[in-house]
Amino acid sequence: MDNATLKERISGLVPDAEYQESKQFLTFIIPLDKMHGLALKLKQEADLAFDYLFCLTAVDRNDFFEVVYHLESTTLKHQLELKVRTADRDHVAVDTVCDVWGTAEFHEREAYDLMGITFNNHPDLRRIFLDESWKGHPLRKDYVDEVNIIEL
Amino acid sequence: MDFSIYDLTSFDQGIDKCLYENLTPFWATVVEMTLIGLIFLIFYALVALFLIYAERKVCAFMQNRVGPNRVGPYGIFQLIADFIKLMLKEIIPIKNADKFLFNLAPFIVVIASFMAMAAIPFAKGLHAIDFDIGILYVVAVSSMGVIGVLLAGWSSNNKYSLIGAMRSGAMIVSYELSVGLSLLTVVILAGTMQFSAIVEGQANGWFIFKGHLPAVIAFIIYLIAGTAEANRGPFDLAEAESELTAGYHTEYSGIKFALFYMCEYMNMFIVASIAATVFLGGWMPLHISGWEGFNHVMDFIPPFLWYLGKTFALVWVIMWFKWTFPRLRIDQVLTLEWKYLLPINLVNILIMAFIVLMGWHF
Amino acid sequence: MKEDINPPVRNIEEEYHINIGPQHPSTHGVLRLVASLKGETVTSLKPHCGYIHRGIEKMCEKDTYPQVIHLTDRMDYLSAHINNHVVCLLVEKALEVDVPERVQYIRTIMDELTRIASHQLWWGCFGMDMGGQTCLLYGMRDREKILDAFEESCGSRLLHSYYTPGGLMKDIHPNFQKKVKDFIKYFRKKIHDYDCILTGNVIMQERTKGVGILTKEEAIDYGVTGPTGRASGFSCDVRKRYPYGVYDRVGFKEILGTKGDTFERYMMRMLEMRESMNIIEQLIDNIPAGDYTAKMKAVLKLPAGEYYQRVESARGELGVYVVSDGNKSPYRMKFRSPNFSNLSALDHICRGFKIADLIAISGSLDFVIPDIDR
Repeated sequence: MDNATLKERISGLVPDAEYQESKQFLTFIIPLDKMHGLALKLKQEADLAFDYLFCLTAVDRNDFFEVVYHLESTTLKHQLELKVRTADRDHVAVDTVCDVWGTAEFHEREAYDLMGITFNNHPDLRRIFLDESWKGHPLRKDYVDEVNIIEL
Repeated sequence: MDFSIYDLTSFDQGIDKCLYENLTPFWATVVEMTLIGLIFLIFYALVALFLIYAERKVCAFMQNRVGPNRVGPYGIFQLIADFIKLMLKEIIPIKNADKFLFNLAPFIVVIASFMAMAAIPFAKGLHAIDFDIGILYVVAVSSMGVIGVLLAGWSSNNKYSLIGAMRSGAMIVSYELSVGLSLLTVVILAGTMQFSAIVEGQANGWFIFKGHLPAVIAFIIYLIAGTAEANRGPFDLAEAESELTAGYHTEYSGIKFALFYMCEYMNMFIVASIAATVFLGGWMPLHISGWEGFNHVMDFIPPFLWYLGKTFALVWVIMWFKWTFPRLRIDQVLTLEWKYLLPINLVNILIMAFIVLMGWHF
Repeated sequence: MKEDINPPVRNIEEEYHINIGPQHPSTHGVLRLVASLKGETVTSLKPHCGYIHRGIEKMCEKDTYPQVIHLTDRMDYLSAHINNHVVCLLVEKALEVDVPERVQYIRTIMDELTRIASHQLWWGCFGMDMGGQTCLLYGMRDREKILDAFEESCGSRLLHSYYTPGGLMKDIHPNFQKKVKDFIKYFRKKIHDYDCILTGNVIMQERTKGVGILTKEEAIDYGVTGPTGRASGFSCDVRKRYPYGVYDRVGFKEILGTKGDTFERYMMRMLEMRESMNIIEQLIDNIPAGDYTAKMKAVLKLPAGEYYQRVESARGELGVYVVSDGNKSPYRMKFRSPNFSNLSALDHICRGFKIADLIAISGSLDFVIPDIDR
């Protein structure tokens, strides 16, 4: 499916999805509560068939956090970038997609560990790299660690 | 045939007679036993050191390496240095380990292999005990070693050790059967269980040649089962470095580890020397009936060298296995024994018995 | 032989847990696997990573783009060139730089050499995991030849940092082409030895065939890429799907398997080494003359925006996601490392198999722990 049709298809599925100009991927900003439903549809519907989540990451945008999903269909060869924005820095719960794509489980744990985003319904949301006793989430822009991070 | 130049029987008996003439029978026995014990201890240590050195060199040869080459010429003193290091090393006490069994285990393993060595004929007259049930004795005694391994694994209070010990237990108990039955095949052929008689019986040809195909099959099965018995690769599941770090001796350090390490090599040596004795004529030179000149030349090589040559050739084969094959999995090890080796062995015994009954052997 | 592990042991007290790692000969680094056992059969597995987490993504936020390249070496240290490549490609794409033809040829050759070297070491380690310790030395011996070739041109053997945005640090050494050709001639003979000692071995085949099966759907679901994913039939070779370098100009096959078991994963890498040699042979004599680097600005500032670049590393699809705010250092840099996704499938693959199989399976997934932890 080419990007123009795909764009219409996504807009049809989630009317309040916001299209974002991007050079590389077709990018949409999806409302927080619609993401999980959309993910299921993206995977299941035959003309979309996004079965391969090749990257899941979180970005600290200062006022809010952004979870970025990079999707690809291995059969139809189209790609899609989805973004979900949290309301502010304190309410950081996002619905998990690891029941849709298995690989999300580890990537979401990483996002939780380093960026402090909590994922609702995640089966095993623990820190993945850092110790359970670690305070704070290092990839946040306001993270301060005088001991381990040397400012030059 | 005449081996009188290398016959040590008169020498043994001379010492024996001399001792009994000068001492009371009790003290004569004590002195004899101490002497033999000391000689064996030294021999044991020397062979173990040599085998460890040999293994390192053989393995280096197989792996395109040089092996030990710094301490002494060709690195021959490397092992002495290692041995001193192990002797001086701290023995780390293990918390919550069963102290008594933990300390006992390495000794059981050593004693088992030490006892097995006693029955092996090194040369004519060079023989600590010549039981008339020598083979039965060796099989019985060498299987005691597994108790030490099991105790070591159990008492270490370590999961790796326990798994290693259980694997080793399951494996050795199974492979005892094949060892016993393949030796039994030769016992049928030889008509005796006495080692000296078995060796004498091979004066005009080794049993591996005399017994047709069944003897060759028995020899191969013995080598496989013996390798398993000695916990050597590809049957080194009890240690399984890449799975269980060091298996049953994970928690051992210093001299206790050295004992286990030495035993592994001694077990290999014993397996090889029994194979050499039973199948390849032990200290008996290579004789081909009809070639008198050839046989005469062979007789001039001392029996002890014959024995060592055959044994080390087999040791080399066992080392070759280890450095070539990947390790088997526990269920495959047991499948190999119970589904293949054991039935083959049983049929083999029948065939051998039939051949002997019909008098078809040489 | 897969055992039925249902119903799993319910009582946590009855479960027998065994810690494999962080210090263990066959985790190839500091990975910790907590396996629940029933007898010797693995009922579930929990990977614990982070023992070598260095916060590379956080460090990247403080560094300039050329500096970031030096950090990427330290992720998957066995395919250092390829890690460099992904950042270089991203920066070049963002700045719309035309990279000289010569550079692209050299980079492709270097990438393929890295892939061979990495697979050689993997082969050795896999052999050692299976208990055949001689393999490791064989792999190391042949890898040495590649490292020698690297050393002459890049000045280092493991962490090269040879690529820079727009080109290379330095031109290749005059001996490079000869060395590479000699190596290929030499290795074509030696790879036959590899097959003799391990591939054809009955024990090895018995232990790997039918063990640790990952279906194509599961591979896609877990994002398992590289030779591991291709063994399951997941056509995930970035070199074919999104060609970079000069991969679109060379003829090569994407090796695909069907069964997805440990032996298939093993064969993928063995065949890939041969395929990589074919690629190098096509390129090594045709390196065009020219500059070894494009003219670049002294300070590289990426235009604000988001960029994603993927390459095929020796272990799978390596992606890098950069959010730039127009400064000289990235605002956010995320590495999608192949091992991290591959690790997530391990629990699923190894359930119902023995501990010995677990070691073989994790060997066949070819983990490099710093790449998981970053």
